[in-house]
Amino acid sequence: MMLDSSRFPTSDPLLKVENLVVEYAVGGKTIHAVSGVSLEIARGETLGLVGESGCGKSTLGRAVLQLRSAVSGKVRFDGEELTAMHGERLRRMRRRVQLIFQDPIASLNPRRKIGDIIAEPLVIAGYKDAKKRHELVCEVLSAVGLDPTLVMGRLPHEFSGGQCQRICIARALVLNPEFIICDEPVSSLDVSIRAQILNLLEEMKARFALTLLFIAHDLAVVKAVSDRVAVMYLGRLCEVGPSEQLFARPAHPYTALLIEAIPVPDPDVRPAESVPAGEPPSPIAPPSGCRFRTRCPRADQQCASEVPELRQVAPGQYVACHHPLT
Amino acid sequence: MATLELIVSEEVVAGPLVRSRRLGLLFWMAIGWMLFVFAVAILAPVLPLPSPTDMDMLERRAPVSALHWLGTDGLGRDELARLIYGARISLTVGLFAPVIGLAIGGALGILAGYFRGRFETLVVGSMDVLLAFPPLILALAVTAYLGQSILNLTCILGVLGIPAFMRVARAATLTLARREFVIAAQALGATHARILVRELLPNVMLPLLAFFLLGVAVTIVVEGALSFLGLGVPPPISSWGSMIGEGRESLEIAPQLAFIPAMALFLTVLSFNLVGDTLKALTDPRQSAL
Amino acid sequence: MSGPALLSVEGVAVDLPTARGNLRAVDGVDLTVGAGRTLGIVGESGCGKTMLSRAILQLLPKKAKLIGRVLFDGQDLVRCSPEALRKLRARSLAVVFQDPMTSLNPVLTIGTQLIETLREHLELDALQAKKRSVELLAAVGIPAPEQRLTQYPHQLSGGMRQRVAIAIALSCEPKLLIADEPTTALDVTIQAQILDLLAREQRRRHMAMILITHDLGVVAGRTDEVAVMYAGRVVERAPTHALFKNMRMPYTEALLSAIPKLDAAPHTPLPAISGRPPDPTRPIKGCSFSPRCRYAAGPCHRDKPQLTGAETPDHQYACFHPILIAAGVTA
Repeated sequence: MMLDSSRFPTSDPLLKVENLVVEYAVGGKTIHAVSGVSLEIARGETLGLVGESGCGKSTLGRAVLQLRSAVSGKVRFDGEELTAMHGERLRRMRRRVQLIFQDPIASLNPRRKIGDIIAEPLVIAGYKDAKKRHELVCEVLSAVGLDPTLVMGRLPHEFSGGQCQRICIARALVLNPEFIICDEPVSSLDVSIRAQILNLLEEMKARFALTLLFIAHDLAVVKAVSDRVAVMYLGRLCEVGPSEQLFARPAHPYTALLIEAIPVPDPDVRPAESVPAGEPPSPIAPPSGCRFRTRCPRADQQCASEVPELRQVAPGQYVACHHPLT
Repeated sequence: MATLELIVSEEVVAGPLVRSRRLGLLFWMAIGWMLFVFAVAILAPVLPLPSPTDMDMLERRAPVSALHWLGTDGLGRDELARLIYGARISLTVGLFAPVIGLAIGGALGILAGYFRGRFETLVVGSMDVLLAFPPLILALAVTAYLGQSILNLTCILGVLGIPAFMRVARAATLTLARREFVIAAQALGATHARILVRELLPNVMLPLLAFFLLGVAVTIVVEGALSFLGLGVPPPISSWGSMIGEGRESLEIAPQLAFIPAMALFLTVLSFNLVGDTLKALTDPRQSAL
Repeated sequence: MSGPALLSVEGVAVDLPTARGNLRAVDGVDLTVGAGRTLGIVGESGCGKTMLSRAILQLLPKKAKLIGRVLFDGQDLVRCSPEALRKLRARSLAVVFQDPMTSLNPVLTIGTQLIETLREHLELDALQAKKRSVELLAAVGIPAPEQRLTQYPHQLSGGMRQRVAIAIALSCEPKLLIADEPTTALDVTIQAQILDLLAREQRRRHMAMILITHDLGVVAGRTDEVAVMYAGRVVERAPTHALFKNMRMPYTEALLSAIPKLDAAPHTPLPAISGRPPDPTRPIKGCSFSPRCRYAAGPCHRDKPQLTGAETPDHQYACFHPILIAAGVTA
């Protein structure tokens, strides 16, 4: 792994999220999408953020990038507070932080050529020399495994999902950012293409010395690319820890439930008789205290009245639970 | 090392979906008629036509002849010349009025659909107010106050068309503004202006253009109706509508005086409708699902 | 195979005329499902599995042409009259689709949709139908079933809607249930619940089931037999255990290795399959998988391998270089 040491001069975290709260109103009701999430991502690290639909992970990703306004909380990138930036300063900051989406075809303007789409970040950033732009675009397209001459003049609908995702990755890389948030980048792709794109992301991370926040609902995919994993449920973090450790010895009952529910492609592994755990509650009226208590076999009075905070249970592993598994 | 695919030329990409299957014979006939009418209208001054205002009282309501290819009207004026000069009027009003609607209504719609919030409520509200006015009465009132002229007519019909264009533009923008490519542009730090012009406008333009053509068709008919009622273009300028109005008096003796301009109006409006509909069907960028 | 097959698909091919030319969505498929057994059909998008399920149900788009026979309980569905088909549906042949939001009518209440099906096919009166609906909703694990009868689909969560769809499918005690990607749109914890529900109901009613999915993990623990599809054909078919333990077709092997495993260490590179699934409007000469197969050699690019099962008639595969032989091990 070529780690560009000039990129990691200090050991303080590249991204620091402090008590972020994001809510939005839908038809008169308030959705508590993110309710006080704090996390840190070190330089050169990949943090996986995992959770089911409605847990707020995508909202968190967008809020970190200031694409959604937060009700309260701070986001610090490289020491500078993003939440306090506006206008031109924020726009300049955006060049260092990029985003890759779930639906690769919808992420590309259907009426613009690929060459223009990838050159767009360069134009916005003020690269006036068209030749230089062309060069950078070709370079980044080759890096993601596409032939520039065959791709640049075409429109997005002429490509498959996997190819479009490569194009999106190329667009995210063209400005040589430091930090990329990947919001479910492989969920809508076929299994065989998924592996290609995951390998590509790993390679790009090494080549461009990136720090990644990888958001997904598929635990195995998250584990394959992350150094540390954070599990989210209904707007709050349940557990954070190093990948191997977290999956081998989960401390939070929800993490354990997620791991059990994954279908394993091995006929000898009987699918566990799933806990009749019911449905996740709505983010409009989340349960009091610990939000997972309505589905948790270990829940009691304390869980209903007190909100559990993240505390350390093992080196590097933090869990927000009154009755953790370990 | 990761397995990357380098695209080999044969297996590259599906070629662009062949769309010409939709452009049938009817479409091309419509285009042909439109081009013909435009050409004739533009070239009218140089064509060897008798003057449309020369009255020949001895040849009133004359049938088709070598001198007058379509005969003459109730005041002895050459019907063909009147038809062609009438085309100029109908097309001028028919084209320029919707342009006003497209420019103003389209802009308002895109801005409303993108920025949402109070601005959108304001725009939609005021458009609703405008829509609430009975259009013909409004046109009547304006022409009564400001006088009849082609300019006034074009302006009032243009303004009346603004709400419809606003709605089309707003609807298209609402669906698009939520899609990831717009958020991607925001994440790149693009200014609002850039997003509106480079990301949204090219996508909203096509449905707007299709609607524009339908708007032309409607405007020609409305202008015709107003002129028929005597409220449109002032005499001696004639448009197809006023010709139909005048022909009404001679329906028993010389019905062709009403039917010929009516036919021209019908064919032209039909052509614009056909082309507009076809464009609307084509502008859906989604490929047909299997 | 124990007992006669309930469903027998013989030589089914589906052609779709499109703007880009003729599209062979299904290219000659033979399958059987015995009563009370579960068949899993696995494949990626574009492999033809959905078209195949539509062909079995006789729900193909109008432009499609179907060749072959679909024998259900002795009758050839292809030759059935629409009236006979209508009677068969729901009573013998039921479907659960992927997206319950579009498979349930959004403007009718749950109760109306259930009761309508019951009255139509079982000829119950209103009161009996209502009682039976409540029983069905309870059986699929929906809490407070009486209240649900008056609710609309959009008032329920995705998992609940899918349960309702399953209740409607099971309402007339069908002999065969086809589940087309029933859990793809659901979260993983709900997925497990729905799959358990299907397995439970299947055992109770001694129903045959076809489970169509792109996820090998889903079929591993829950099917008796698996058929792997690629580019419109079945490329491997075997009892589930045999398929996973002794896979022959390189595509199956590649598919399995491309799935990230929960017990693998982070950052292990995944053995990805290069290239993309073929464009169905441009059929490839020779084996459809040959451009992407690492064992491909001469005959693979020229001739299409047929489904054979030399050593084990239960375990069939379509490959000139099945894995055991390619690795130099004699079968």
